[in-house]
Amino acid sequence: MFRFLSLILKNSLRNRRRSILTIASIAISLCILGLLGGIYRALFLGEATPAQALRLVVRHRVSLTQPMPVSYRQRIERIPGVRNIVIKDWFGGTYKDNRDTRNFFARFATEPNDLFKVHPEYVIPEEQQQAFQRERTGCIVSKALADTLGFKLGDRINLLGDIYPVTLELKVVGIFDEPDHVLTLYFNREYLRESLGPNNRRRDDAGIFYVQAASAADIPRIAEAVDREFDNSPAPTKTESERAFQLSFASFLGNLKLFLMAIGAAVAFTILLVSANTISMSVRERIREVGILKTLGFTRSEILGIILSEAAVISIIGGALGCLLAQGLCVGVRNSPAAGNFAQGMASLGMTPTLAALCLAVALFIGLVSSFIPAWGAARTTILDALRYSE
Amino acid sequence: MGIPFAYNLRNLIVRRTTTIMTALGIALTVAVLLAVLALVAGLRTAFESTGDPLQVLVMRKGATAELSSGMSREIFQVIKANPGIAKQAEEPLASLEMVTVINLPSVDSPQGMNVTLRGLMPAGVQMRHDLKLQEGVWFNPGQREIVVGRSIAKRYPAAHLGSRLRFGRGEWLIVGVMDGGQSAVNSEIFGDLNQISSDFNRADGLSSVLLRAADAATVPALINSLKDDRRLNVDAMTEKAYYAAQTASGAPLQFLGIFVSAIMAIGSSFASMNTMYAAVARRSREIGTLRVLGFPRGSILFSFFVESLLLALLGGLLGCVLVLPLNNITTGIGSFVTFSEIAFNFRVTPAIMMTGLIFALFMGSVGGLFPARMASRKEILTALRDI
Repeated sequence: MFRFLSLILKNSLRNRRRSILTIASIAISLCILGLLGGIYRALFLGEATPAQALRLVVRHRVSLTQPMPVSYRQRIERIPGVRNIVIKDWFGGTYKDNRDTRNFFARFATEPNDLFKVHPEYVIPEEQQQAFQRERTGCIVSKALADTLGFKLGDRINLLGDIYPVTLELKVVGIFDEPDHVLTLYFNREYLRESLGPNNRRRDDAGIFYVQAASAADIPRIAEAVDREFDNSPAPTKTESERAFQLSFASFLGNLKLFLMAIGAAVAFTILLVSANTISMSVRERIREVGILKTLGFTRSEILGIILSEAAVISIIGGALGCLLAQGLCVGVRNSPAAGNFAQGMASLGMTPTLAALCLAVALFIGLVSSFIPAWGAARTTILDALRYSE
Repeated sequence: MGIPFAYNLRNLIVRRTTTIMTALGIALTVAVLLAVLALVAGLRTAFESTGDPLQVLVMRKGATAELSSGMSREIFQVIKANPGIAKQAEEPLASLEMVTVINLPSVDSPQGMNVTLRGLMPAGVQMRHDLKLQEGVWFNPGQREIVVGRSIAKRYPAAHLGSRLRFGRGEWLIVGVMDGGQSAVNSEIFGDLNQISSDFNRADGLSSVLLRAADAATVPALINSLKDDRRLNVDAMTEKAYYAAQTASGAPLQFLGIFVSAIMAIGSSFASMNTMYAAVARRSREIGTLRVLGFPRGSILFSFFVESLLLALLGGLLGCVLVLPLNNITTGIGSFVTFSEIAFNFRVTPAIMMTGLIFALFMGSVGGLFPARMASRKEILTALRDI
């Protein structure tokens, strides 16, 4: 087949406008397929990062909104294999005008001394970390959040509470970098407790516990041990890996799996139609040429091969361009501030070699399938019919 | 003089394979857009048909959702005394309510989905007029009984009539299934306020108050008098406004869907451009003949443009037909306001189908303009000489 390579290439370029349009429409469709595949992978198949693979999240079994007694902390700590633990309380509340969705970001009350032990992936200058541990009203913000809302060290942030009936006056003492580009603010739990006053029963509530295990192999055992520990108490727990915890938020956005797959299928089928349509148009225009090739001694299988390869060339070029475009889109989505809020784990969004290979394979498959019928028809036309053919 | 319309129609029929394939490509693009719009429309209907314009929801100042709001019995007593509230048998129509969420395994997510649980006073059930019992009976105050919304009964295998759910301090018997029409109440679970709040250790940590205004004219005054009362420190809004604001829950899916269909539309425009260019190339001699017969360039341009629009219209219609089966299919989506799932039906409305057709025509016009221009620019002699 390779000796016909130049013929195949010349044929692909013969109607340049058509080839370019076909390549462009295949490329665009594949770029969506790539993006959807990328989102699917990042959300549902993504590997936990090394730091994440060691973490468990403990919450109230009835729902995330139910608090647990803070005393659980010691009991969880005693379970063998638990290395570190930190409490995070969802504060909610309002920052400035909550009608502007940009002002929505996650705010957690936490324990500054333990946060960085459980989250070794957080990068923060030593003196800022110390300032956070030292200053009672200090808070730290993620770099993504600082970039979005323009927070600088020393800025004052006032949060008006709703779940907790208090107003917090925080000062930015640190900015930390993390791989997920989440929009998050952490402040000191002690400050929240003080603001609530001595008689508030919520002082001794804990929202969720993040637990760091000594090794990933311990994870299932620890999860089971924690849940067994509190099984018969008024506040039973549900413990799962951090990854699974994040996935439960993805399912919150509706049946996302089905949504992505349905759109993906519609896109793939559209490319199939487009490509089949163009190839059959170009084959039909060239039936007479096929007759000439046949008189020159080309066999049926050679003609079939030439036409199929031409379709393959066009679809592979379209596929490759599509993968490049998809990578661009993935990077765009990954870096958009909304992505971190939309669902964690989007930071790994991108065209992996496997995904790119898969897209190219889809392109090639579609090219071959769509050209087979017209190619088969052309190869089987007799010389006389072919030469006599006019549209 | 224009070229007869039938000429375009016949041409599409003669080249039916190409026509159908191009139209199907456009149809799928339209279908993706319409499916997303139908989803958002369904969600909007669910929220917009919840709530009564006469009813006012009171939450703590600063709270944007019942879930994060706080309310005490003492404040409730003060609110209840407001003269703007409608009365029934000398009792003001007001219901103190507690809202929380519980996690139940659903059909779509077996690992569990959040569901709103509402503890309310008997008046609260009465005030929700369009709420009917579909099966069973209402919960008895003082009993560990609950009534679940229609969608809950359908989508959560553990929550059917007669079964028991475990939350709070023990088990609760499901004694009824309620039907709230299209509204969000279908995705909630109702029970007695005192029972539920004591189970959750929130006897005085309640969420909100629902009031009924005496008449439409008193609604704004009632809202203002509550907001301005400094003792209360509350915010008030009509129940309708509260739910309408939650429509934004569908925004991420809507964004993704519109983004994808816009990109697909570019691809489909290219495809229809291809088809139209091929049509122009193949009909070179016809174009020459038409010119010889005296049709001006403008008519040729118009005729090919119309043909492309026809092709796209066919695609648009096919797209509408493709999404019609989605109509009334139930699905669920999480709302970050209530932090729980709301079930709703896809709604393929005439307005949405119209949008689809316009979208298709737009693709057709983009795809048809350049080929039509090329057709109109052909010189008579060269056109006639073309094979």
